[in-house]
Amino acid sequence: MADTVQFDLVSPERRLASGPVTQVLIPGAEGDMVAMPDHAPVITSLRPGILRMDGPDGSDEYVVTGGFAEISADGITVLAERSLHRGDVTQAHYDEMLGEAREAYEKAQTVFENEPGPVDDAAKVLADMVAVGDHINLDPALGKD
Amino acid sequence: MPSLKDLKTRIESVKSTRKITKAMQMVAAAKLRRAQDAAEMSRPYTEKFNAVMGKLAESVGDAENAPRLLAGTGSDQTHLLVVMTAERGLCGGFNGNIAKLAKVRADELKGQGKTVKILTVGKKGRDALRRDYGDLLIDHIDMTEVKHVGYNDAKAIAEDLLARFEDGQFDVATIFFSRFENVITQVPTAQQVVPASYERADDDAKAGGSTVYDYEPDEQAILADLLPRGVATQIFSALLENGASEQGARMSAMDNATRNAGEMIDKLTIQYNRTRQAVITNELIEIISGAEAL
Repeated sequence: MADTVQFDLVSPERRLASGPVTQVLIPGAEGDMVAMPDHAPVITSLRPGILRMDGPDGSDEYVVTGGFAEISADGITVLAERSLHRGDVTQAHYDEMLGEAREAYEKAQTVFENEPGPVDDAAKVLADMVAVGDHINLDPALGKD
Repeated sequence: MPSLKDLKTRIESVKSTRKITKAMQMVAAAKLRRAQDAAEMSRPYTEKFNAVMGKLAESVGDAENAPRLLAGTGSDQTHLLVVMTAERGLCGGFNGNIAKLAKVRADELKGQGKTVKILTVGKKGRDALRRDYGDLLIDHIDMTEVKHVGYNDAKAIAEDLLARFEDGQFDVATIFFSRFENVITQVPTAQQVVPASYERADDDAKAGGSTVYDYEPDEQAILADLLPRGVATQIFSALLENGASEQGARMSAMDNATRNAGEMIDKLTIQYNRTRQAVITNELIEIISGAEAL
């Protein structure tokens, strides 16, 4: 069994991380999952959360807001719509992301008045976003208008 | 015959024009490098994305309940042409070529009796199409304020497009942009974004034993989540290609202009010298013939 697997984290604007890892914690839409070498091929969508990669040179964390991940025999690829290194996330970034989630939730409430599905989805995204704030010690309350 | 003073003024004015075009060329060269870098940075994402979409489309695409973004509305009566051009001119045939391609397509579709609507991104495209197709323009997206194209700009355009699609305003959407090949060559390109057309995994991949993926939550849900992103991704890469093409076209256009200005200065300088010599000769003749008359 291989000890490491090729891991790529890419956003539309740039490649954020690339290299061998021993395991990656992926915030999947249906719950966190840890992908290790020789994982079965999976494609999963992401929820807002923390992505942690453990490599031979130590571990690293990124905040992702959504996207999807492909796990195959060739490696693990995470395509994040927006992603920042955990250390680079400032309160301003976080407020912006939280604001967007809140806006989407409010919009969903007005657009889909009688359909709980999309509203619940947006509410979940917002809740996930708040949880991210707790995790990286940024205050979700400050983002409120 | 222009006077010496006229010639001198003209030479000065052409010289200052040359300075401007030279400066624009150098600015375009610097911006081109940045635009190319940006386009290159986005490539891994786009490639990977399209690969995954290809796989997904293959497994779901033929199903009866495939999402409308993939399978289409079942009609192709109303076409939306999204014409993406630059906000500024002075870049050779860049804007004109894109507009021309869109015009050809619009005429072709109209000839087939389809309804054509045009959405312009970038001022120059709107200006080029307004006269002949003014009644077809449904909206314009202004990019004047955008200095560096980001994914969010593309996403905003995509969301606008998708809202119109949901609204039933069109059946098929095609984006028009210029693909960057190199500084001299930019290819105006039309690409259909709605319904999405992804290349199915090619035969090589199939022969190599295509991997069977598990999907979380399930294929349908992922596809529904990814298709709108796919539109945004395609628009984003088109915007980046366009950005690089624009700077490339401007660079070569300004290079030509600088060279032309140089040639013109040479020609004018020769004319200036000849005229000066003629004036001197003339004066000498006058003096000599004056002296002889005495």
